Amino acid sequence: MEKRQFKITAETGIHARPATFLVQTASKFDANITLDYEEKTVNLKSIMGVMSLGVGQGAVVTIAADGDNADEALDAIAKTMKEEGLIE
Amino acid sequence: MHKSVSVKELVANTHLSVLAGGDNLDRPIPTSDISRPGLELTGYFSYYPSERIQLLGITEISFAKHLSDQELDDYMTRLCQPDTPAFVISTSLEPPIQLVKAAQQAQIPILTSKLNTSRVLSNMTDFLEARLAPRKSLHGVLVEVYGLGVLITGDSGIGKSETALELVKRGHRLIADDRVDVYQQDEQALIGQAPQILNHLLEIRGIGIINVMTLFGTGAVRSETKVDLIVHLDIWEQGKKYDRLGTGTDATEIFDVRVKTINIPVKPGRNMAVIIETAAMNFRANSMGYNATDDFDRQLNGLIKTNSEHDQEHPDQTKKQ
Repeated sequence: MEKRQFKITAETGIHARPATFLVQTASKFDANITLDYEEKTVNLKSIMGVMSLGVGQGAVVTIAADGDNADEALDAIAKTMKEEGLIE
Repeated sequence: MHKSVSVKELVANTHLSVLAGGDNLDRPIPTSDISRPGLELTGYFSYYPSERIQLLGITEISFAKHLSDQELDDYMTRLCQPDTPAFVISTSLEPPIQLVKAAQQAQIPILTSKLNTSRVLSNMTDFLEARLAPRKSLHGVLVEVYGLGVLITGDSGIGKSETALELVKRGHRLIADDRVDVYQQDEQALIGQAPQILNHLLEIRGIGIINVMTLFGTGAVRSETKVDLIVHLDIWEQGKKYDRLGTGTDATEIFDVRVKTINIPVKPGRNMAVIIETAAMNFRANSMGYNATDDFDRQLNGLIKTNSEHDQEHPDQTKKQ
């Protein structure tokens, strides 16, 4: 299992739009991908799950991928997060 | 992060009223244990659990009446520790004036209830245990089908939300979509609910987010339910073995609760809502003591036995056939 930590710097946090893009990116991979925030774990392929966390600015989230192309999946997710301005 | 509940939430949920210290209702309650300070009223403070809610009933209040003013001043001040969340007085009794003063000084609220001590105690314990129990988030959809809590799990995109929508249309209830927060209520019961922000919402690909209560009415939703059964949806695989007789004993352990789990293969043309309804009904029948498979098995054994006896009596007939 691959794990990476990200610090959310976007002022608006993970709101609906970036959440959608994150989920779309995650859904391209077969690996099981989860997002951890404040002891809550949600499936990164689940839009409602991700949005329900209400991740705000300054929050640290851990994204874990398990299965085929886990590393590649995390690279793609990191790229999406940067493109959406969630991380620096 | 340690969980806690505020005194304000306790007041709002357990029919208590505020007698004094209404400005201090933000104090945190870190534990569901409740203390009844009895020995403390004799001056024994060695094991005083100050971080708990302090509940005073007839025994404590009437005992306090026999104490001298000096003793009362001393003991009441010592009851008011910086971490004491609140005092609760049952049966609408009058607290000693020294307690009111000491609590005011320490900014600890005093709450009262009309109910007797045991009722107040159990109300507060139920509420605090539910709120302070460890929680876990699960990926799945929780629906109530014929009064049973059914957690539908499976990979993203397999059709969990769509199945839930059809179940709602068939008169069942939605509790949570996509993320289900669960906690253990007691040894046997696992309770599932939606995170508040997702209450009543369902995400259907191609439509977006819908509010089930607005579209289908208040009867279509429920705020929480016990998780009785897990139905795992799986892509139908040729050659994979599925339970054909209903004798499976699969269970998923969540906290300390074992929840019966069945695997249902999904393929076009299988109506998942009807299958889940049937699974729920069958689970109910089983818990009520009726098992169709056992029944059938008994009859089959009976038939086999009759046939064998018949064959032994007339072996020549069997040979001829």
